[in-house]
Amino acid sequence: MEKVEKQPLKKILLICSKASIEDVYAALVMGNGAVMEGIETKLFFTFFGLDAITKKTMNKLHTATTGNPGMRMPGGLPFPTMLGGLPGVEAGVSAMMRKQMDDLDIPPVDEFLELITAGGGEIYACKLAMDMFKLTKEDLHDEVNDVITVGELYEMCDGPGTQIVFT
Amino acid sequence: MAEKTYAGVSVGINEEGYMTDASQWTKEVGAAIANDEGIELTDKHYELIEFVRTKVENDETLTIRGIGKSGIVDAKEFYKMFPGAPLKKATKISGVPKPSSCI
Repeated sequence: MEKVEKQPLKKILLICSKASIEDVYAALVMGNGAVMEGIETKLFFTFFGLDAITKKTMNKLHTATTGNPGMRMPGGLPFPTMLGGLPGVEAGVSAMMRKQMDDLDIPPVDEFLELITAGGGEIYACKLAMDMFKLTKEDLHDEVNDVITVGELYEMCDGPGTQIVFT
Repeated sequence: MAEKTYAGVSVGINEEGYMTDASQWTKEVGAAIANDEGIELTDKHYELIEFVRTKVENDETLTIRGIGKSGIVDAKEFYKMFPGAPLKKATKISGVPKPSSCI
């Protein structure tokens, strides 16, 4: 059989466009994991994903309690959609989820970003989405390297062994 | 199980080069493994190795966050001391199994 040489992953770019806890943490955990493996890592936040790098919102992310078929009551019973719509339920469930993550030593968003950049990972914000949401660089966390355009993003993706992942 | 001689001591290693018996580890063995990884150990490294070995001995999860909060180094220094994949390298040099943590 022909021997195929393995090509290790050298660079990864993760794009996060949503603000729910699960979407943001998917990008953060994968990004941090890549940094830990010595892979060159860049995270790009766009649209609602900007919430994850905006000082005001980053540590108060929510998970959707309506329209989320994966939602269960503690103990595994079904979670009625009607209940999810009541005031305060989403905030309560989200706080509980953040607490559970903290118990597993998963850091809050701001600390996670610091951990990623400590290992040489880079954080970017989408310029177009920033304009749309009327945000400035001052609104963003200090660990954000730059606000860039899509073109600049693709320029960073050069070289063999590079992958782009949209979470 | 393979055997490899580090600093004159024959130790058991697995296919990824991690020592299979942490009790066989000595400072000299650690230094020899580090040398293979291109790292020269300093007092700070040994302090960290001690921390890593104690954590593993107590069956606690080893994370970069935890090391950053150890009071010995912060995460940034840790990455500098064990360049590339720090947690993997630090555990290998410390003679303990490869960490199974995702964060």
